[in-house]
Amino acid sequence: MQMYTVSSSPHIVSRQNTPRIMLDVCIALIPAGIVAAFVFGPRAVWITVLSVAAAVGTEALIQIIAKKPVTIKDFSAVVTGILLAYNVSPTVPWWIPVIGSVVAIGLVKQAFGGLGRNFMNPALAARAILLTAWPSQMTTWAPPMSQNVDAVTYATPLAIMKGTEATGTLPPLRDAILGNIGGCIGEISAAALLLGAAYLLIRKVITWHIPVAFIGTVALMTWMLGGKDGLFTGDWIYHIFAGGLILGAFYMATDYSSSPMTRRGQFIMGVGCGLITTLIRLYGGYPEGVSYSIILMNIVTPLIDKYVRPRKYGEVKADEKCA
Amino acid sequence: MKRHTFKGGSHPPHEKHYTEDKAIVKANVPDLVHIPMSQHIGAPCLPTVKPGDHVRMGELIGKPAGYVSAPIHASVSGTVKAVAPRVHPNGGEVMTVTIENDGQDERDTSFNSMDWRRQEPKALQERITAAGIVGLGGASFPTHVKLAPPEGKQIDTIILNGAECEPYLTADHRLMLEHPQDVLTGLQILMKQMGVDRGYIGIEDNKRDAYEIMNIAAQEMESIRILSMKTKYPQGAEKQLIDAATGRQVPSGGLPMDVGCVVVNVGTAYAITQAVTKGEPLYRRVVTVTGSIVKDPQNLLVRIGTPVNALLEQCGGLSEPAVKALLGGPMMGVAQHTLDVPVIKGTSGVLFLSEKEAALDEEQPCIRCGRCVNACPIHLVPMDIADSAAMDDYDGAQAAGAMDCIECGSCTYVCPAKRHLTQYCRVAKRHLILARKKKEAKKS
Repeated sequence: MQMYTVSSSPHIVSRQNTPRIMLDVCIALIPAGIVAAFVFGPRAVWITVLSVAAAVGTEALIQIIAKKPVTIKDFSAVVTGILLAYNVSPTVPWWIPVIGSVVAIGLVKQAFGGLGRNFMNPALAARAILLTAWPSQMTTWAPPMSQNVDAVTYATPLAIMKGTEATGTLPPLRDAILGNIGGCIGEISAAALLLGAAYLLIRKVITWHIPVAFIGTVALMTWMLGGKDGLFTGDWIYHIFAGGLILGAFYMATDYSSSPMTRRGQFIMGVGCGLITTLIRLYGGYPEGVSYSIILMNIVTPLIDKYVRPRKYGEVKADEKCA
Repeated sequence: MKRHTFKGGSHPPHEKHYTEDKAIVKANVPDLVHIPMSQHIGAPCLPTVKPGDHVRMGELIGKPAGYVSAPIHASVSGTVKAVAPRVHPNGGEVMTVTIENDGQDERDTSFNSMDWRRQEPKALQERITAAGIVGLGGASFPTHVKLAPPEGKQIDTIILNGAECEPYLTADHRLMLEHPQDVLTGLQILMKQMGVDRGYIGIEDNKRDAYEIMNIAAQEMESIRILSMKTKYPQGAEKQLIDAATGRQVPSGGLPMDVGCVVVNVGTAYAITQAVTKGEPLYRRVVTVTGSIVKDPQNLLVRIGTPVNALLEQCGGLSEPAVKALLGGPMMGVAQHTLDVPVIKGTSGVLFLSEKEAALDEEQPCIRCGRCVNACPIHLVPMDIADSAAMDDYDGAQAAGAMDCIECGSCTYVCPAKRHLTQYCRVAKRHLILARKKKEAKKS
């Protein structure tokens, strides 16, 4: 007589799985990579490939040494590798992304328990370490190949806006949106990043809460406080498209492990990121504050998750019960 | 048109196309029926027959052994062959009366037909109790208990559950299409019995035809409204249905009557109509026999006690081997190890899953994506309960709300890391209930 398998319900599961989610993030990041290759040349691709290889290699090595199942096929290390490369200047020496990836995977991810256990976005934490250790390599920018400008003196639009580190004329907004500007490998083209972001939203990999709250807060705050001619004169549109805001808001602040679980919590995180970013951009020591704002909000995430919990169904006040 | 809904939930594929267009047909009546003495939540019945006795169809063969219990009747006429423990669909062995069918369908006449409009509520309640009516949606809670709320609980709304949110199942859908009047009469009987003048029937909007037919049938009835509900699992769960229909939330640990509601399945309403107007106790029900690998999936009107393998035979067998045989739907159904189990009052469907469909992936680490949090219709944080349960920290699981879990399966369904979240919750609940019973036993 045939015996059937017995297990506890439910008996069907959705087709969505971790590798597919990570692969979707990789796919969404491709357009920005293509733009980088056109704007900065093959070196941008080379840096990205190196970074991914180092990230995947580090993950495999640590898991082999720790005698754990090797999970490089879940694409999560690939995502970290791409994001790290996208957050460095195309002029960095080859060993910068390699060290960065080793730090991201080894120190920030695996040392804390691997996938889902990292309390900070691995790529951003590694970037912060790189920026502290090798500030000059990390902030030597390259102009787009289409412009005939000296690399040593080239400045990013945000640095020009800030006016402390560099002076010069801002590139037109159109160039900032399409990506014909200087900056980190993956952050320059807002258009390409938004294309990928739309894909992530359609595939339901991310929800709108963090990015919209983040970008909305930056827009509102820079409009209010960012102008030189008093309140409500800031160039908030330029603040959205120049710099790493789009990359950070859609691809990094939304990292599952280091962002809140509830939608309300995610909204709070987005607003927090936006506030810190604006403070750093307008009043801090750096021209750009996206990565630090995300790392800081990553640290606050457990606190948000502790206090912003969904209200349990049926948990009603006594007088509401028979409304 | 307003689409009623609730917060949370998931969207498993409907898979209703196998049987939704197939009219209900009578299942072949087998030579032997096996009728377990436990087909409801509550105390099992005591058999009132012994081997060799002749019984008529509809005759009482099991009498309730407590208030929360429901009598059981013979589904065929014939001779009692055995009264012995036998394999039961909910697991283990249960005292079961086996009757050899004489093929005569000789009816027991202890119940007369009633004109419900002329009956006192008390008489209606007595009939519903005596006819062994239980919730046919799957939980099998004795209906008469719902209809007798304790002193001080005012019921103002009766909701018929026609959501049928479980994938694959179409028994309730077909019942509404083919017998809208009987379903409505059941609701009217309940409203009269409870003295209530507001009745709703909630139907998911993937059953437009049923919504329209019920709407036409209910046109003249001012106190009854048919509500179209967004197709989302688990819309048919009692608390979610009440929320969608009335906006009221059943308090944590409470019952529908705490917010003035009684929820009854449309199949149950149909059975109530049969019991009252035709004097027919509950000895048969509609069962959807389905699955992509079933050759001829059907909606069958089945005598209680019919072995599941007889139903499969009538549906042409399987086109490829099944790995799982479920009683109920894929989200909350109970997996069977053998097809020798009989159909009982709570059997809404028989579903066969192939190896591919039933595949359960290995658990991966949680990536904290929050999908389970957004899918939970009770607004719990399933991953927290699961983490506690996995470490045998049942107090932690309780603090995270484990006892409120309705085990709908949405969290496990949506989890991309393939964690067995619902299953962890279930384990925690069993432990907590056991611990509570032990504590109570110690006290007394």
